[in-house]
Amino acid sequence: MKHRTVLLAALTLTLGAAAVATAQGTLKKGITIAFLPKQVNNPYFTTAWKGGQAAIKEIAGVGKQVGPSDAGASSQVSYINTLLAQRQNAIVVSASDTNALVPYLKRAMQQGVKVVTYDSDVAVGGRHVFVSQASADTIARDQVKILAKQIGSKGEIAILSATPNATNQNAWIKVMQEELQKPQYKDMKLVKIAYGNDDDQKSFTEMQGMMQAYPNLKGVISPTTVGISAAARYLSGSPYKGKVALTGLGTPNQMRAFVKNGTVQGFALWNPEELGYLASYAAAALVSGQITGKEGEKFSAGKLGQRTIGKDGVVILGPLTVFDKANIDKFNF
Amino acid sequence: MSVPNRPRRSLLGWESTILALVVVALLMGSALHDAFLTGPNLSNLTSNLVEIALIALTMTLVVIAAEIDLSVASIVGMCSALLGVLWAAQVPMPLAILATLTLGALAGFLNGWLVTRLGLPSLAVTIGTLALYRGLAYALLGDRAVADFPPFWTNLGFGLVPGTQIPIPAVAFVLLAIITAVVLHATPFGRSLYAIGANEVAARFAGLRVERTKLLLFILSGLMSAFAAVIYTFRFSSARADNAAGLELAVIAAVLLGGVSIFGGRGSVIGVIAAVFLIGIIQNALTLADVPNEILTIVTGLLLILSVLGPNLAARFKTARQQRLNTQPQGGTL
Repeated sequence: MKHRTVLLAALTLTLGAAAVATAQGTLKKGITIAFLPKQVNNPYFTTAWKGGQAAIKEIAGVGKQVGPSDAGASSQVSYINTLLAQRQNAIVVSASDTNALVPYLKRAMQQGVKVVTYDSDVAVGGRHVFVSQASADTIARDQVKILAKQIGSKGEIAILSATPNATNQNAWIKVMQEELQKPQYKDMKLVKIAYGNDDDQKSFTEMQGMMQAYPNLKGVISPTTVGISAAARYLSGSPYKGKVALTGLGTPNQMRAFVKNGTVQGFALWNPEELGYLASYAAAALVSGQITGKEGEKFSAGKLGQRTIGKDGVVILGPLTVFDKANIDKFNF
Repeated sequence: MSVPNRPRRSLLGWESTILALVVVALLMGSALHDAFLTGPNLSNLTSNLVEIALIALTMTLVVIAAEIDLSVASIVGMCSALLGVLWAAQVPMPLAILATLTLGALAGFLNGWLVTRLGLPSLAVTIGTLALYRGLAYALLGDRAVADFPPFWTNLGFGLVPGTQIPIPAVAFVLLAIITAVVLHATPFGRSLYAIGANEVAARFAGLRVERTKLLLFILSGLMSAFAAVIYTFRFSSARADNAAGLELAVIAAVLLGGVSIFGGRGSVIGVIAAVFLIGIIQNALTLADVPNEILTIVTGLLLILSVLGPNLAARFKTARQQRLNTQPQGGTL
């Protein structure tokens, strides 16, 4: 009898110690996380929320998505205030305006709410962590790599960009030009950078003009969703269909037809579902006190594995997802 | 004076209906979510309504005089853009605000001038300037945003009166609401607006300076929109050309729901203020209860229909009862 008591006591102690150990390493249960996208009923954000929701389910939290049906910053502010009144543990927001949300997010953080931005960041001081799609370097290099594969790393190539002063696109083009200096791309020659101004008609005619000016063109990179779909539409109805490779950044819904009819072999974008998934885990890690948003802190993000917070509290999702005939039907955004 | 008395009495009826609905909405809100009847939430609710409420004050005057100003939200956008441009050009803030208010008054003057001097309908004129002023806003600022306003000024937009939950802009609203109510309900100028709205020809024959009054109303509307623009810009610490897009619909909805007749000649400040809060309370309570945005839009739409239908039905009901009473023999029992 006495023996058994001792055994039980020992067992209790061990279990207790184990419980303490896991409490430090695991996430709290029942965390409330609210997603606030720029706009609800937008396929891109619906897909991101699907991932966010999956992660919240894995950690046994309580999640919801709320948001305006217009993309105005002022409507997002009233949602932030409402989420604050509801005492949510964490707000995961894609900001419509870099600055307008900051004072309200700051107020939320002062009251203990953890703030994660995803897809579109706010100005410094308005959030704990920003879950970024991909770094500028990755976005640029991946597109060059994809095109090189499609044209056998050989021939004249061109870029069809947005406006001549688009910040994102210009940063990517600069990295692409550096990347093309590398020995493995020595047979690829960038002959033209055209600007479609993110206007469908203009992008279409620019693509048309380029094909006439450079008949030997082998491939085109269009790092803008407007440009790539206009260019694909032109190629699809021209004799160059299937002969000139086209890649860049696009969404599966606008590119599906062109992938299926053989105009486009593959294009890239980040996977919004994984973006939402990672954002949920970052929010949960913040609420559980595993991380605070400082550089170098690590947290576990379920199937995406261990993630480290970089400079300025930025967590990067990782390489782009390539969409081609084989996988495009799995995506709807 | 039995004739002007009758519409006023039926109006009081509609106002009490709206005030009763506000109470119902407050009860509904506290039933829907614990956090509804708390200081911070009511404070946020009020803060969200300030620009709409401010512009609704002058819109009330304009609509009572049987005109309309659809360009108010575009004036907010244009003035917000100017404030941003001036601040970015390092103009001292008080001067920048003064210039912004002047631009608002000028925009209102152009509306009023087109309406009164060229005799164009204000609906058409202000649909035109709605596009014109928003276009100018983009010409001024493009698609960039100016955001680095000093904390002293942005705090005037989203800060609270120290030691309370009262948003600072709400104080300005209360003062302006009292002034508007006094001017409308207790001065000859206010009475002249009812006269012009009820029957412009008669008002003209009675010696009222209809054109000058209307011009002044449009200038006031522009000026108030510019003031709302300053508050909006500071509240969101962001000057953008698309600021307040679509706000004119919220303003007009509140004015009509508040019992102001779209045909002019009837309405009161208290009814409009109650209506602004009714819409705000319903939206806030439904948002707190996680009602999806689509339902929110549907409810707002229904409220709009109610706003036109309600006062009309109330007036018709009154008239019908009046007629029935008139046909009753004197001394008959009811």
